Amino acid sequence: MGATRIPASLTQASQARGGVGESTPRPDGTLKVTGDFAYASDLWHEDMLWGHTLRSPHAYAEIRSVDLSQALRVPGVYAVLTHADLPAATHYGLEIADQPVLARDVVRCHGEPVAVVAADHPETARRAAARIVVDYRELTPITDEASALAPDAPVLHPGRTDAHAAHVPHPNVVHRQPITRGDVAAARVRADIVVSGDYEIGMQDQAFLGPESGLAVPAADGGVDLYVATQWLHSDLRQLAPVLGLPEDKVRMTLSGVGGAFGGREDLSMQAHACLLALHTGKPVKMVYNRFESFFGHVHRHPARLHYEHGASRDGVIQYLTCRIVLDGGAYASASPAVVGNAASLGAGPYAIDNVDIEALALYTNNPPCGAMRGFGAVQACFAYESQMDKLAAALGLHPVELRRRNALSQGAAMPTGQVVDSPAPVAELLRRVRAMPMPPERQWVTADEAGETIDVRALPGGRAGTTHGEGVVRGVGYAVGVKNVGFSEGFDDYSTARVRLQVVAGEPVAAVHTAMAEVGQGGVTVHAQIARTELGVAEVTIHPADTRIGSAGSTSASRQTYVTGGAIRHACELVRERVFDLGRARFGSHHPAWATAELLLEGGKVVTDGGEALADLADVLGDEVIDVEREWRHRPTEALDPHTGQGFGHVQYSFAAHRAVVEVDTELGLVKVVELACAQDVGKALNPLSVTGQIQGGSTQGLGLALLEEIVVADGKVRNPSFTDYLIPTIVDTPSIPVDVLELADPHAPYGLRGVGEAPTLSATPAIVAAIRAATGLPLRRVPVRPEHLTGT
Amino acid sequence: MDFLRPTTWGEALAAKAEHPSAVPIAGGTDVMVEINFDHRRPAHLIDLTRVADLYTWEVGDERVRLGAAVPYTRIMTHLRAELPGLALAAHTVGSPQIRNRGSVGGNLGAASPAGDCHPALLAAGAEVEAESVRGTRLIPIDDFFTGVKRSALEPDELIRAVRITRATGPQQFAKVGTRNAMVIAVCAFGLALHPEQRRVGTGIGSAAPTPVRARTAEEFLAAALADADLWASGEPLPQGLVREFAELAAGACNPIDDVRGTAAYRRHAVAVLARRTLGWAWESYRDQIGSTEGGAPRCA
Repeated sequence: MGATRIPASLTQASQARGGVGESTPRPDGTLKVTGDFAYASDLWHEDMLWGHTLRSPHAYAEIRSVDLSQALRVPGVYAVLTHADLPAATHYGLEIADQPVLARDVVRCHGEPVAVVAADHPETARRAAARIVVDYRELTPITDEASALAPDAPVLHPGRTDAHAAHVPHPNVVHRQPITRGDVAAARVRADIVVSGDYEIGMQDQAFLGPESGLAVPAADGGVDLYVATQWLHSDLRQLAPVLGLPEDKVRMTLSGVGGAFGGREDLSMQAHACLLALHTGKPVKMVYNRFESFFGHVHRHPARLHYEHGASRDGVIQYLTCRIVLDGGAYASASPAVVGNAASLGAGPYAIDNVDIEALALYTNNPPCGAMRGFGAVQACFAYESQMDKLAAALGLHPVELRRRNALSQGAAMPTGQVVDSPAPVAELLRRVRAMPMPPERQWVTADEAGETIDVRALPGGRAGTTHGEGVVRGVGYAVGVKNVGFSEGFDDYSTARVRLQVVAGEPVAAVHTAMAEVGQGGVTVHAQIARTELGVAEVTIHPADTRIGSAGSTSASRQTYVTGGAIRHACELVRERVFDLGRARFGSHHPAWATAELLLEGGKVVTDGGEALADLADVLGDEVIDVEREWRHRPTEALDPHTGQGFGHVQYSFAAHRAVVEVDTELGLVKVVELACAQDVGKALNPLSVTGQIQGGSTQGLGLALLEEIVVADGKVRNPSFTDYLIPTIVDTPSIPVDVLELADPHAPYGLRGVGEAPTLSATPAIVAAIRAATGLPLRRVPVRPEHLTGT
Repeated sequence: MDFLRPTTWGEALAAKAEHPSAVPIAGGTDVMVEINFDHRRPAHLIDLTRVADLYTWEVGDERVRLGAAVPYTRIMTHLRAELPGLALAAHTVGSPQIRNRGSVGGNLGAASPAGDCHPALLAAGAEVEAESVRGTRLIPIDDFFTGVKRSALEPDELIRAVRITRATGPQQFAKVGTRNAMVIAVCAFGLALHPEQRRVGTGIGSAAPTPVRARTAEEFLAAALADADLWASGEPLPQGLVREFAELAAGACNPIDDVRGTAAYRRHAVAVLARRTLGWAWESYRDQIGSTEGGAPRCA
């Protein structure tokens, strides 16, 4: 497989110290900027075929027949497969195996795969797929809660046997999680002020830039090698092997270059299809989605409707919360159950509220399937509870930050689940910090000199399109804070596996780190090498390509890889270090008494005492020995939430961020320019401060996208804007200055005290921006994305 | 799909005559998107990038003859004084990469109601120089757009150049999009004051099946300016006049609801753009005739 190019500089070989706490540059950074990085879509193999997927044009339809004859006659076509050709398991899924590999007698969503084609050219495959004749009988799609739960609603997945089926009120509800704590009825009596509201979140897409792609190569042993861009190799493998009818050791997966993920690569996309075609034809098969297909090739963020009610006493202390969160899971379960758990358990936000009555549920509908996306259930809730906080502050005549401060969660307080927060929770401090940051100057689009005033339209709403020179422009400021869990929750066995090998190469000690961690652009390979340098005191660290020859690293999601795989690497390094000292004591113990008596460290390629005395060169201690340790590592366990009360130690760690948004709104045209989006976040310990800042800025920008731009528009179950022409993500002109204030309050339970970083800023950015627009316009704005129509009453 | 590569204009015309369904391609910023999304599949593409003439322009006394393939970036850089409205419109096209390749000829060829150049051309006044092996004809821009993505071009014709009236007064262009850059117009408005002719030109984009002029608004404003002798005096415009002009501009729209915006919003936004662009253009005009002190702010 010489054809798979792995960029040489993914092998970290920095001569710099480059340990934990330094802003070590990323090995993939320059390659990506210059266009030299090899993505999965660049994979190539001699003699390979190209796969193409035929997808349903309907949201809900019965398949009466499929006629492949015309497609099979196209010269250059090697195979056309349908449901009838599947060799083994016919369904897969992250949590519930409800998704057909290829549709059999029904399609439940627009874009559902019906057949796959392999041909000697991608165009040939595409043309052949167009010649497949599918006779559909269209059915009336279920598109919302009312149609899903109507008395005559069709049951989209009859005969459910999954773990949630017994607890749901209707078979079209994937999962429902109530949380009750305290006494809401009694608290209602005490409340002087009650505010309630209905909120709505549109369907956001991960919009990663590298579309789904991979290459499946059939092997001589009857197995298959799959090179693919994914978020979690072993989760793919667990779902893939049964579909192929192969034992897991015959399905060998290697991570290829990944161009972003944000949750959108947790589910299988082309993996099974490419492997099936490769095994069927005996030839390597490559599949690459184009942008249009990518919108159908992965799940999206759950759109949501939320009803919230808060009651407070006149002193601004929240007495109770009730809320109902309805998430649209679309046609297949994907990660919906876990998203429901998050929405419910984080539904009260970072506030200490003793009396709560929360209900969250996800529906099965015929809308596009929804699942994991950065923020995972917490984003939807945060928009609603933070909108409520502003409403409550206004009703009480308090500054929005002051109201939040009075109710802020802190260490030792209990979440609605009863879980006591047992590490720092600096909610009030984060808000104080963003509020204290200097404000960007008024009329920041004007520069004045002797010749008069110059207007920079790029700094105004509308930007380059030149719609205003300041006319109609009003500034607004808004605040928000959020809470996100880190790691997999609710009793999930969330572990990672790391292998660390230490040996002398060309006279220098070199550490090799092997994990199955998917580098999706988050910076994992950089941080993992930093950990190995710190723990082993070596300059040279090689990161092995991620594959399934080693055990699972868990998913690159839930802000967990630095914590969990980082923790596994650190643990393996500690064991390697102990073996180094054992080896040293055996070889050199008689030379110096400190070998037996002192605390030993590895620093700068030497064994040193804690007093700083060098005892031996690491290279001399190692000699020809290769120290090789592979271990699984787990964070402390969590518990499932009680299905009726929602009580339980559900989350391993909480992560907090606060934003202050400053916007200029063109109130006549309804256009918005976010001028500044200041963020303060507690990261426990910044292992790589530059990467931390990047995550916070990226997460904030994705939250800005949800506030103003990003929505998959669905009508009658059909996606209406599957392109980057009409699904708009922020450009650099839309991206504000994002000053970042990083707090490092160690979590005593986590490696280095670190706290997962990547998701929390995605939560609070959205409500902070909307609060700022409300401040500028006086409009209630209960839905995101906010569109010009909402601001102009048109 | 055959890729035809003429090296001269004559060869290009011959190719188009031989294959009337062939699609000309220069920058490819529109055609390649359609091909990549499988929206169209022409049997032939005619690559015009070797026809050097198409990348040149001539500035005459009254007109600029702009080669069909001159990229937007060059218009922004070199023709700001002669074609200020078009230069502003060019600024709003796509991204820098797209502006380096896309051209007015391509915009006209696609004839999209959302084409960014069209309102500027309608307001300034222009003729499309269409040519075939049968000869050359000049199509007034007002007659060019015949339907959604349809133009007056014959199947064997190619656009060689656009002859655009040189600005004698201020011109403005503004475009509404939901993103602050790289966005297809939700609606757009172009305005040109023609003081020598005592005339006003307008163009509206993305708010009707084709780009259109707001003729009633133009005539109303020209008459009002003449009646009050405002061309000569350069007095500030009465607010009522500006409002009336804006309402008439909105009245010229015939928009639809789509994924980019509602019809009601488009009508509303065109009125706002008409009002603002008139305000800016009139301020510049007053500067130009020296009737104000201090002057309007400059735009970077």
